[in-house]
Amino acid sequence: MFRYRDLTIRQKQIVWAWIFLAVPVLFYTVIRFYPTGNAVLISFQDWNLLGSRTWTGLDNYVKLVNDPVFWKVFANTFLYLIIGTPVSLLISFVVAYHLDKLRFGHSFIRMLYFLPFMTSAVAMAWVWRWFYQGVPIGLFNNMLASVGIEQIAFLNSTTNALPAVLAPAVWAGLGFQIIIFMAGLRSIPQSYYEAARIDGVSWWTVLWEITLPLLRPTIVFIVVFSSIGFLRIFDHVFNMTTNNPGGPLNSTKPLVLMIYDTAFNSFDMGYAAAQTVVLFTILLIVSLIQLWLLRADR
Amino acid sequence: MTATDIRPTTAATLDTKAPRKPRNMGQIIRWLLLFGGGILMVMPIAYMISTSLKWPWEVYNVNLIPEEPTLENYIYVLEDGRFYWWFVNSMIVATLTTISALFFDSLVGYTLCKFKFPGRTLVFIAILSTLMIPTEMLVIPWYLMSQSFGWLDTYWGIMFPGLMTAFGVFLMKQFFESVPDDFIEAARIDGLNEFQIWWSVAMPLVRPALAALAIFVFLGNWTAFLWPLIVTNSTDMYTLPVGLAGFGDEADVAWELIMTGAAISTIPTLVVFLIFQRFIIRGVVMAGLKG
Repeated sequence: MFRYRDLTIRQKQIVWAWIFLAVPVLFYTVIRFYPTGNAVLISFQDWNLLGSRTWTGLDNYVKLVNDPVFWKVFANTFLYLIIGTPVSLLISFVVAYHLDKLRFGHSFIRMLYFLPFMTSAVAMAWVWRWFYQGVPIGLFNNMLASVGIEQIAFLNSTTNALPAVLAPAVWAGLGFQIIIFMAGLRSIPQSYYEAARIDGVSWWTVLWEITLPLLRPTIVFIVVFSSIGFLRIFDHVFNMTTNNPGGPLNSTKPLVLMIYDTAFNSFDMGYAAAQTVVLFTILLIVSLIQLWLLRADR
Repeated sequence: MTATDIRPTTAATLDTKAPRKPRNMGQIIRWLLLFGGGILMVMPIAYMISTSLKWPWEVYNVNLIPEEPTLENYIYVLEDGRFYWWFVNSMIVATLTTISALFFDSLVGYTLCKFKFPGRTLVFIAILSTLMIPTEMLVIPWYLMSQSFGWLDTYWGIMFPGLMTAFGVFLMKQFFESVPDDFIEAARIDGLNEFQIWWSVAMPLVRPALAALAIFVFLGNWTAFLWPLIVTNSTDMYTLPVGLAGFGDEADVAWELIMTGAAISTIPTLVVFLIFQRFIIRGVVMAGLKG
């Protein structure tokens, strides 16, 4: 007969631990692990939600490799990453570096930079979309017109649309990166700087020989964090191009938007699932690179 | 705006005991440049709010301060009724999700930190590994699940994926490390059961971490877009971001009304930030460095 009061303290702990974990373990199994496996399974099937599910082996992946839209989308997704990450890293480092050296009023200025992080991506995508409209509607073109500069087609141009969509995504993330950089800068011991000052080293050398090497873990964290964010870009693109999602001519379409379209407009679940598996693999590789880089530090 | 904004700065200047010599010039230039950049950063938000307060005839002027400010746009949008419901939906969904995530994340974090039992490492690694799974991969199976259980277009359907977060478990586990085992031992001798110990001894000691987590979870759910877009069908069930996306896309919607809708979905989180500013920034650092 099992009686709670007969148990040792250690056994009671085991019982309590599993009581506490019962619901969460169920949650993680049903809402996280099962769907993950399910997504992989569906990626090997042909299924349009209404008809029957048939096993098709690697057909969806073969289709993906031969789909010119996929390669366009793949290139776009990496363009978001390749432009977005260095630009936001550079701006946020420069701002954090100078904010850190500021002797007065820095918490007020820090607040100004952080404010966009607290906004909703959808709301701000609409605000920026309005900015980008042509004369006489859009703010940017109205400003350009008032100083006599020719109009710029932001969202209607296949070359300008991607950077135009990326800008609000970079803008919204800067505040977070600045805060993390400032924390990283604060954690560098002052004695290093004092030693450098006694030696009369130039600020440039201090930056390259002391500040940046010691910031390496912070930089790795920010690079990976923002890379993952840009690889998963969706809200901004969707809302700035609702009249022609991912357009013009797929020039702004990222992988997540292609997944959404394939699954919930074309209802081609198997094909969409194969795309999610590709996204998962890319994100996994990025995370593993981070782990590897951070381990190399120790 | 400027008059109130400058004040804390001058106060801070008086506080610093730094020597005021030639370097001060450099400091002032640095301050002005950073200040200019900061003003540029808040411009989109400022223009959003300013446009929401403008009459239609003034909307396309580039001036920031409305000549004749009006609340007409807000009255129009709220009388329309949809934004009212979207706001209520977002509030319900974000609040309930936050409560659930705080409860379960801290319970799991505490268990993994303070209990010794077989399978502990396995559970911890399993939960952490879910951080690697992107939401985008799960939405298709979640949609199929919701379809077969009748969760489409319900609050539960919007909320269930976010009821627990692996990030929260990790964060809370880190913070429970700082709760001394002696406290827990003493409470056990006093005859409290394990649930009571967690709730009334350990939880009050990690309040700052709970508050930081609450802000992140709330913000995340308040601004969530992809899943609510997929799981809701009827206009009544939309959350603010989904509603705004549809509203902006309607033919002939005036930009000042879209800006008003955008302001309605942004102002609550901005107000929270302005009230708890220092605290939130500390929370970001805490979460960023530990997470």
